[in-house]
Amino acid sequence: MDYLTKHPKTVQFIILLAVFFALCFAVSPSESNILWRLPPLLKQLPYIVNDSVRYLMFDWMPIQVYDALIDDYEEKPLFREMTRTVSSAFLLVINFIREIFLGGNKTIVAFTSWDFINENPWARWPALPWTVIVGWAILLGYKLHGKGLAVLAGVCTLYLAVFGQWKPSMETLSFVLIAAPVSVLLGLVLGIWAFKRKYAETLLNPLLNVAQTMPHYSYLVPVIVLFGVGDHAAAIATIVFATPPMVRLTLLGLQKVPADVVDAGMMSGCTAFQLMFRVLIPTARRDILIGVNQVVMQCLAMTVIASFIGAQGLGSNLMIALNSLRVGTGIEIGVCIVLIAVALDKMSLAWANKQTDYFADLSFFQRHKFALFAAIVFVVGVILAYIGALVFRDGFNYLYIVPHNKGVTTAPFWQATVDWIWDTFFYMLRTFNEFLITSVLVPMKNMYLAMPVAATFVLMMGIGYILAGIRQALIIGAFLLFIALSEYWDRALITAYIASFAVIVSAVFGITLGSICAQNATASKVILLICDFFQTFPSFIYLIPVIMLFGITDTSVIIATIVYATIPATRYTVEGLRSVPQVLHDAGSMLGVSRLQRWVSIEVPLAFPHIMLGINQTVIFALFMVIIGAFIGTTDLGQLILKAISDPQGTGIGLTLGLCVAFIGLAVDQIIRTWANERKKALGLD
Amino acid sequence: MTVNVQQEDTRRAVIRCESVYKIFGSNAASVLESSNGVVDSKKFLEAGLIVGVNNVSLEVYQGELLVIMGLSGSGKSTLLRCISRLTDATAGKIIVDGQDLLALNHKQLIELRRNKMGMVFQSFGLLPHKTVLENIAFPLQVKGSSTRDSISRAMEMVKLVGLDGRENYFPRELSGGQQQRVGIARSLAVEPDIWFLDEPFSALDPLIRKEMQDEFLRLQAVLGKTILFVTHDFDEALRLADRIAIMKDGVVEQLDTPANIVLHPATEYVRKFTEDVPREKVLRVESVMDAPDPDEVLGDLRIPMDALVDSVAEQILGEEKPVAVVDSNGNMVGTLHSSHVIKVLFGGRSEATDQQ
Repeated sequence: MDYLTKHPKTVQFIILLAVFFALCFAVSPSESNILWRLPPLLKQLPYIVNDSVRYLMFDWMPIQVYDALIDDYEEKPLFREMTRTVSSAFLLVINFIREIFLGGNKTIVAFTSWDFINENPWARWPALPWTVIVGWAILLGYKLHGKGLAVLAGVCTLYLAVFGQWKPSMETLSFVLIAAPVSVLLGLVLGIWAFKRKYAETLLNPLLNVAQTMPHYSYLVPVIVLFGVGDHAAAIATIVFATPPMVRLTLLGLQKVPADVVDAGMMSGCTAFQLMFRVLIPTARRDILIGVNQVVMQCLAMTVIASFIGAQGLGSNLMIALNSLRVGTGIEIGVCIVLIAVALDKMSLAWANKQTDYFADLSFFQRHKFALFAAIVFVVGVILAYIGALVFRDGFNYLYIVPHNKGVTTAPFWQATVDWIWDTFFYMLRTFNEFLITSVLVPMKNMYLAMPVAATFVLMMGIGYILAGIRQALIIGAFLLFIALSEYWDRALITAYIASFAVIVSAVFGITLGSICAQNATASKVILLICDFFQTFPSFIYLIPVIMLFGITDTSVIIATIVYATIPATRYTVEGLRSVPQVLHDAGSMLGVSRLQRWVSIEVPLAFPHIMLGINQTVIFALFMVIIGAFIGTTDLGQLILKAISDPQGTGIGLTLGLCVAFIGLAVDQIIRTWANERKKALGLD
Repeated sequence: MTVNVQQEDTRRAVIRCESVYKIFGSNAASVLESSNGVVDSKKFLEAGLIVGVNNVSLEVYQGELLVIMGLSGSGKSTLLRCISRLTDATAGKIIVDGQDLLALNHKQLIELRRNKMGMVFQSFGLLPHKTVLENIAFPLQVKGSSTRDSISRAMEMVKLVGLDGRENYFPRELSGGQQQRVGIARSLAVEPDIWFLDEPFSALDPLIRKEMQDEFLRLQAVLGKTILFVTHDFDEALRLADRIAIMKDGVVEQLDTPANIVLHPATEYVRKFTEDVPREKVLRVESVMDAPDPDEVLGDLRIPMDALVDSVAEQILGEEKPVAVVDSNGNMVGTLHSSHVIKVLFGGRSEATDQQ
């Protein structure tokens, strides 16, 4: 009895589990049994969404548009005209940036006509020689953070050129260079709005939650319908995906500005405008610039996925290579994407941390030395390109643009490595694969599918109630209800099974690894650096090595997911454990605790809330990866989303499926976040 | 420099508060209206309202240094924020320099702040992305001064607060005391008439605090601003103030000169603060002297009436005869016997107060 009153939560858990299993056994699996599966009452939802979008696109608010071709006014729906305008504006800018890098005549066409081009063969924008861009990247790296970054930038860009990926890389870059600034601007505006107006924050918060847990694929479908297919559509999908973290970080940064600084601004006589742009935003600069960095990373993560809707560049090449199982080429392209990501990441962070010296007394040369050097690099590069034109008279001018796939290539080497691995370890890998599938994954999947809907509700809402309270339990219930009433409950269970298996393994790995590394300051630093490095990899990249090893199976997806989701678990564990105050370590030492005792009774309880937030991230990461894994053939929600992309009726289906995934994530998020916050409060860590 | 209350009334009040209330919570205004100005903070708390400032009326005169003293939660900072209109008072009238503060529109308020007010904050409130010089020049730049003018003016301010050579430092590169010097310089950059200081030295170490107080008194001797100074440190209040307003639960318990507060605490609450105060450091000769007695034989020593007892005690104790107390023109206004000084130094409270 004493035990019962002391540990009410344990008792509640036991009762909950008892009810759960009782329900599992008692409910008979029949389609008409409402306790087994809820009827798909929301079945029509996707079609309603579809019809609304179609109405909006094709029938709503017709306006008279003048058509020069037939010299008459035509009736066109307003909304479609608007999206068309947006599309062509984006396309124009993307082509313009692309042609700066690679040359071309589309920009000139946009302002004149194809006839003009045909009549004037000189009307072609020349490409920048790759040597110039490499030189500029080195200069920029040096200006931002000195020699180290200069070398990194140089190596990265040089790799792109030498390995013959220059053209697709520049295509990808041109698309990031438009998507990132637009996302930043949009995020900044929305963040300021949410900061200024309470209702905007309340309105944006749930939207951001959903947006940040929706799988990448789901953004693609509505974008196709509204904006069509092509680079512009890809850029728009990327913007929609990359803006939420910017909004979050802008809002966070602005809210963190100390009250005294705001008061000081007010008492200095700032107008509202001056207060925002001369006091608040500069003071919140660090968070806002971390947001910029996040945007850049998200944009690169989207490059591969955006190639589904027509983004050219590295992403689509990678997709083609993977589709034809040319793993060697895939690796090479993957390295390119990672290098661009790493270079942009380091550069944008260096920019974030850069302080300007306003008062340094500089000579004209010192002040303009970078501009001068840039000009010199340009001239030298152009001269080199002309020399190249003379030297490589017959073939390709390697000093101007390295043609696609004509550079050095390591693909055969990788291909040989893969083949060797296959030949050598084939039986081992196959045995492991078969073992995992037949003895772990399939039984687990069947268990999940054998769960009556009532039992699932009881379990999830019960956990929510015990850990986070009645409010959270009801919210979780609402999320689950949406999924249960859609057609996709079984699919969602499969997604949940892969994700939960991966999360459990990731959490065990991550917490163990993190705990070991956290014992030592150097090890902690190293592991955090490794986490940083791996986090810059666009998620799709993780699929390459696993396909290489395990081929196209569920195992590949699960292993990629585990690797990807272990990162946040490790990072948060290290951070949590390292943030335990020194004085507590000292107190522990003086009380004579052993290393293990200290870990169990001091470090883990104090770091627990932070570790839980890490697990929360692990769940979100895992869900993302599982859905991306649909590309190599899982049978969960992701597969349906992927199908929806090529379905003309896909908008509603894609969005509904996306919401299902988002709601799984948010349900877990609700429990863990509230629980972690409560623990934090209880420990007085706020 | 103690001034009689009667004299003060004839001086120009730069700030005048009349029955100022600040109540936090939704529909505070209507609840306050229905209570007819009688505010019981306990009853209000039950209704979900927090009373910050409760019926405060006070005046700050031209060139005066008024200290608002109170413990945390006493409403002292809230009162200051009402007077600087960083928050809007719930009810009452605040007249600053002849203008009704609460009636000003946004534009007029900005004008007032840009030209007449300066404020120093407890945690400095410096802009982290700007250097010392830029921080100080900021209020001028906000006003629209040219970069050249604002920077040269800011440089003067840097010299005034003794930060020469550090003008290109960022706030994070400075110690707390230095940061607050920047805060002070910034608040003075626009040459305000009214100077608000909200616990400016509370975040500093005791030694630095003492140094900054000296610095502050030096500045005030030069500048002669009208000052509203908020602190929770009674010793600081005694050291700096012309007059002190002691606040508790949003109410001003007593508003008087430091000497009068020590000698005549108005309430039990105020008395508790004064108990441990070394009186010789607060009392001036004039408040403990005797009326001049023509028959008495005096020593040769002449002491000024506005000297602190502490500063002349040793000299007086060296005299066997009573000494003459003189005003600034050298006229004798009273006498002081060494036995009185001993009573102030070592005696109980009742005897010291008997002298008045």
